[in-house]
Amino acid sequence: MTTALEPAIHGDRVSLLRVLGPAHVWALGVGIVLVGEFTGWNFSADKGGTLAALIVCWVVGLLYTSVAMIDSEVTSTVAAAGGQYAQAKHIVGPLMAFNVALFLVFAYTMLEVSDAILLGDTIVAKAGVDGLTHNSFIAATIVVLAWLNYRGVLMTLNVNFVITAIAYVSIVILFFSVSPWTQGAVLKLNELVTPGNALPYGWIGVIAAFQFGIWYYLGIEGTTQAAEEVRSPARSLPYGTMAGMITLLIAAAMTWYVCASLMPWEYLGVTPYPLWDAGKLTGSPLLENLLFIATLLAAIASANGCINDAARAWFSLGRDRYLPSWFSAVHPKYRTPYRSILFLLPIALAFAFIADLNQAITFSILSGVLQYTFMSINIMMFRKKWPLGTIRRGYTHPFHPLPAIVLFCLCVVTFFAIFLGFGSQLSAMVAFYFLISVWFHFYRYKFVRRGDQFTMPWPKPQGY
Amino acid sequence: MSRYIPPEQSKAGQVFDIVVVVVAIFVALWLPLKLGLAGAAKSIDALDAKTWEALGQNPTMAGIWEKLGYTPETAHDIIQNRFHYVIDWPTLIIMAVVLIAYFVFLFRASDREYRDVINEKFDDK
Repeated sequence: MTTALEPAIHGDRVSLLRVLGPAHVWALGVGIVLVGEFTGWNFSADKGGTLAALIVCWVVGLLYTSVAMIDSEVTSTVAAAGGQYAQAKHIVGPLMAFNVALFLVFAYTMLEVSDAILLGDTIVAKAGVDGLTHNSFIAATIVVLAWLNYRGVLMTLNVNFVITAIAYVSIVILFFSVSPWTQGAVLKLNELVTPGNALPYGWIGVIAAFQFGIWYYLGIEGTTQAAEEVRSPARSLPYGTMAGMITLLIAAAMTWYVCASLMPWEYLGVTPYPLWDAGKLTGSPLLENLLFIATLLAAIASANGCINDAARAWFSLGRDRYLPSWFSAVHPKYRTPYRSILFLLPIALAFAFIADLNQAITFSILSGVLQYTFMSINIMMFRKKWPLGTIRRGYTHPFHPLPAIVLFCLCVVTFFAIFLGFGSQLSAMVAFYFLISVWFHFYRYKFVRRGDQFTMPWPKPQGY
Repeated sequence: MSRYIPPEQSKAGQVFDIVVVVVAIFVALWLPLKLGLAGAAKSIDALDAKTWEALGQNPTMAGIWEKLGYTPETAHDIIQNRFHYVIDWPTLIIMAVVLIAYFVFLFRASDREYRDVINEKFDDK
């Protein structure tokens, strides 16, 4: 039996506007992630050395290619706001959906926090004024971007498209400005990455580096959050997501090559702004200033997309009564989930003031990896409950179940990587999710309608 | 299957639930920061001789450090601040058990809830 792909219907309430195309999907995905090239990925050099950072760039790229393939299939079929949350609700069950929404909210909110810290630190470093702190810049960034998101998704993502493109072009300009085909003139890879320091911790360092290798691409799956606001989800979501992944793989490879060829691994592993430093080390004031501006733009684009995505996940929780329905209000004029945007604002501000950059990044990565683990199992259940041909899929990913198995194995490795050096944070977060799940299952779920949660026009799943 | 009618939640109840979630967020995320449990488990392997050679930096590396504004003394704590990867097996096993237990609970409890959803949704037709 084949059924038509239709958007979820939610009674007569004001709905989100369908105004976005593939370029917006690309901008949302790449916009969130590109900041990972400007900060964060380089902490993998700290955990394992420069060569480890390259190895995880490729291997984690494989993880995210699996994520993009799986996500494109499921999202092009389950086209509803909340992305993976809506997927979990229709395929696994309410408690999983509740957890997935929280993974999304924390991954994006902590990524937003990291972006704001990066922006504040970069401005303070550039100003070089004694006593100047990053707090006012962090607050201004988060508040202004929340206001922009409050005003409307189209304007938000149009802004993202422009600033993401500028930031991306800056990486390309840097790459070609340093004569990448010639070693010795500007780039000195052979002298900086030697047999003695390429893997300072050996192969255990390569495993450990997986943690921050995630940061090269974390958030690309955020494209699915716009599912209910895209004009043609079946076409735009796979196209925008896969194009975004290709864009990021190229950017990651260029970024590693330039940075590894310009600074020692010990410095590369701890600097908050490796690409700006790379610009400085070329000796060109033009490149230095370009990369300074690009770092700020990448942070803004990422934070902007994160607010968009986190608010939609939170909004979805309210709409299904998983959380108080007060959060499910859509602004009557701007058609945005304004209460969710406003609610998450002080949480982001609070953590931006109390967390360090690598702590905030680790919180975000942890939630991301929990979500990817879910995705690897989710696609197996999706294919089992609705085999090919039983429902209309906008896109069917090839080589199933290989991407799911690869994704699951790489998630297990990444959990071990987080254990190496950041085990306490991992335990604290899992304990939080466990306790909040117990709260939901045994208390909160009584307020949730049962059959109404299933909104897709699909046949009954096989085995039920 | 009879249709489940959830109870209406009072405004006070909604506010209480919001507070519970916010408190849980801050306890889980803020407490590790406050207790110093978050962040990288690194320590400095101090050296007596603070020279570029002793710090394992060749002339190219030393030149870059200096271009970035560092001397061997100021770069020492950055270069010698290292991870010490020692696998604490009991901790690793506990973490793995907690993680697996979490996912098992998630999938089993979700499945129970999901069966209600499917039964109500499709038995109505």
